[in-house]
Amino acid sequence: FLSSSQMWCASICPASLPPFIVPLRMCMTNCPTLIVTVGLPARGKTYISKKLTRYLNWIGVPTKEFNVGQYRRDCVKIYKSFEFFRPDNEEGLKIRKQCASAALNDVQQYLGEEGGQVAVFDATNTTRERRETIVRFAEQNGYKVFFVESVCEDPDVIAENIVQVKLGSPDYTDCNTDEAIEDFMKRIKCYENSYQTLDEDLDRELSFIKIIDVGRRYLVNRVLDHIQSRIVYYLMNIHITPRSIYLCRHGESDLNVKGRIGGDSGLSLRGKEFARYLAKFIQDQNIKDLKVWTSQMKRTIQTAEALSVPYEQWKALNEIDAGVCEEMMYEEIQENYPLEFALRDQDKYRYRYPKGESYEDLVQRLEPVIMELERQENVLVICHQAVMRCLLAYFLDKSADELPYLKCPLHTVLKLTPVAYGCKVESISLNVDAVNTHRDKPEVGPHCTAWGPVSSNMRSVPVLSATCTLGLELLSRRISDRWLLNRGDILKPVRLDLFPHFVFPAE
Amino acid sequence: VKFSGRTGSTGDIPQFTNSPTLIVMVGLPARGKTYISKKLTRYLNWIGVPTKVFNLGQYRREAVQAYKTFEFFLPDNEEAMKIRKACAITALKDIHHYFTQEQGQVAVFDATNTTRDRRADILCFAKESGYKVFFVESICDDPDIIEANIMEVKLSSPDYQDCDKEEALVDFLKRIECYKMSYVPLDDEMDRNLSYIKIFNVGFRYLVNRVQDHIQSRIVYYLMNIHVTPRSIYLCRHGESELNLLGRIGGDSGLSPRGNKFACTLAGFIQSQCIRNLKVWTSHMKRTIQTAEALGVAYEQWKALNEIDAGVCEELTYEEIQEHYPEEFALRDQDKYRYRYPKGESYEDLVHRLEPVIMELERQENVLVVCHQAVMRCLLAYFLDKSAEELPYLKCPLHTVLKLTPVAYGCKVESVFLNVEAVNTHRDRPVNVDVSRDPQDALLTVPEHI
Repeated sequence: FLSSSQMWCASICPASLPPFIVPLRMCMTNCPTLIVTVGLPARGKTYISKKLTRYLNWIGVPTKEFNVGQYRRDCVKIYKSFEFFRPDNEEGLKIRKQCASAALNDVQQYLGEEGGQVAVFDATNTTRERRETIVRFAEQNGYKVFFVESVCEDPDVIAENIVQVKLGSPDYTDCNTDEAIEDFMKRIKCYENSYQTLDEDLDRELSFIKIIDVGRRYLVNRVLDHIQSRIVYYLMNIHITPRSIYLCRHGESDLNVKGRIGGDSGLSLRGKEFARYLAKFIQDQNIKDLKVWTSQMKRTIQTAEALSVPYEQWKALNEIDAGVCEEMMYEEIQENYPLEFALRDQDKYRYRYPKGESYEDLVQRLEPVIMELERQENVLVICHQAVMRCLLAYFLDKSADELPYLKCPLHTVLKLTPVAYGCKVESISLNVDAVNTHRDKPEVGPHCTAWGPVSSNMRSVPVLSATCTLGLELLSRRISDRWLLNRGDILKPVRLDLFPHFVFPAE
Repeated sequence: VKFSGRTGSTGDIPQFTNSPTLIVMVGLPARGKTYISKKLTRYLNWIGVPTKVFNLGQYRREAVQAYKTFEFFLPDNEEAMKIRKACAITALKDIHHYFTQEQGQVAVFDATNTTRDRRADILCFAKESGYKVFFVESICDDPDIIEANIMEVKLSSPDYQDCDKEEALVDFLKRIECYKMSYVPLDDEMDRNLSYIKIFNVGFRYLVNRVQDHIQSRIVYYLMNIHVTPRSIYLCRHGESELNLLGRIGGDSGLSPRGNKFACTLAGFIQSQCIRNLKVWTSHMKRTIQTAEALGVAYEQWKALNEIDAGVCEELTYEEIQEHYPEEFALRDQDKYRYRYPKGESYEDLVHRLEPVIMELERQENVLVVCHQAVMRCLLAYFLDKSAEELPYLKCPLHTVLKLTPVAYGCKVESVFLNVEAVNTHRDRPVNVDVSRDPQDALLTVPEHI
């Protein structure tokens, strides 16, 4: 139907309107964006690049980072010393320039052919000349450029950065700590003399944010569009103060015990026991200024009540709405909605329960929660299975395919502590038994009949012909409801690849 | 914290048990301080943060009944200085009252506040009572923008009602000069411990220093997204739907024949308006999508624009709701804004989910939003600064387009009925909202349907 390099999007409405086709690129986010970091070594550029990339991917904007240091390591197999970075080292300069070009080539490939929307070009980019080259490159390719400069003169912060991420770098595997620090400080010196910071006047035409002293102060210039505005908002909310985020589900609920999904039941006896154990666990952890958040559903509130501390309720933390399948058992869903059940297993992330939500919808509604989690310090979030999967996927950089299958068992607390460029996870089971509510992805095959009895070895793609009008209507409704456009700001292509045998109605 | 399934508060804006916030405007006259103050206040109130503007010029006008000339503002006019200082003190007293007696959460002190001394006084005042202070400074050196501001809002001010335009302009420019001599902008070094945002030339550039908390972060985000480029926002509902005809609420039905006719008429109307770069937004529901399809242009679908979820009452008629859920029906009439349908949403929830839509509407220029009754009421309440009490009863009839154009400190509204008949779906608040009322009393205001 459509070539894979250009995803088109078709809307088919049962009221027999002509299909309406919109090329994906023409949507709100129009041209791709090239984010360019600027700053001396050990100023947090890679930290920001990785974190920003993780956030953008989580909210559904395909993003990739291109770290020039990585390209340099691939090119110059063994790092000897800071001398490679000396401004008068012509050979070194040549190699570094080549690496930057190679990285930009890959950026071109990613944004042009791989469906990327944002590329983060992570390098020092400390001279005006280098930045001009990048701007020209972007202009030629029709990319918008947004600079993110990190300026920091606090020696403690820089020293901490070096210890956290540089000492463990492949460049210093054979050095001892003192040697490594000394060499790295000399490396920074190599850049200092030629460093031209983004200037309010000289660079007035550029779009950028300058982050000063790890977020104490920001200078924001010429924000051009929605995505840049979101990036600025995100960068202005993150911090690096050490803290931990605790994620757990409510205690086992009555509906859990009955094997029913959704609903708004209270805790079972074991769930109540968990709540008491959780209170003790939290006390033992001795957490400074802990904030506690719950959803607005009984089971999380009852769990928090046992902690005897103030807690905030967020409607956004409510469990995924299963629509017509609320309070059903999986067996009942299989019996009453076999097609729905199959479709969900095909694409659990994007599948939306009729009159309900999808994981993709959940991510959108959880975005303000994530933003506030970034602003806060120590927080305990008592939520639900699907919600916890979404939050966990954000912190652990899990893809949309992995997200709906992340294991979040009852009565288990996950303690997340940011470290280096990622997140350390400690899983603590509080030793109170509970039912298992996790359902793995079943075997999927290319053919199945939509109306036959569904076996436990569930197959996925329905084979429908134009004669099966009921199925068609159902399917077309699924297409227009579900896979067409799940997010407000980015038009998504219809997953016609999931329905290779689908025959479109004549009109 | 008790959870009431019916009228639970959203809690999505973390409840601010911490201190109130005093926003202090800084800048020469005609730099948009009042524009920003009013807009920010409108936004904060809409998202549920009780906010009020305290405009010093207003206090001055009350103290000095008749404005004569710019000479009032000369720095060596001692008598005037005394009056102006007294006005500032009164305003701060009122702010204190607003926070302590009126449950205010944010106060916007709209004055020039151009000297370090004045700002120091305010910081002192705030410190005594434990208020957080956030400065918003507007810096502009583009003479065209300044003149446009003066034309738009100063000439029609009560200060100049008896002057002709030329005189007023000359006087006002001299007034600005009075302030310029003593103006000390917020300084990178000396004010590095203050929390503030500096806005340069209407949003070209921003300097943000020491954002302390969530509300300041939201304020900064909002201020960085608004603009003053002239544009219009068109709001309308989908064409009449099949369920509308049957008097049933919610659901996801298609357009009726008259609804289809409206969609075509809408296409003609939009074309006739010759709107530059119009963006069209719809919800994810069939009836808005079908309406937009008739326009023959690209449109974006927002799930956030979906109609309010009526939960267990979805697709019921009001008569059926009265029959099956009479208590719910009455509770809703008692507090329509906060009432949440069982397994559904409240208007308050709607506002929360529409906030990103509003933020994007602020960023955009010409937009047509094809949405639903409750959704349109929420959006309209934002633009027209309607309270939570008025919001659920705003009239948004089918087949009528509202054209909103920002002007001066507010919004001009033009209502265009596209001459295609449709059912009325507006239900006024009945007189009797008692839980034990008679069905007739409950159904008194239900509009007619098949």
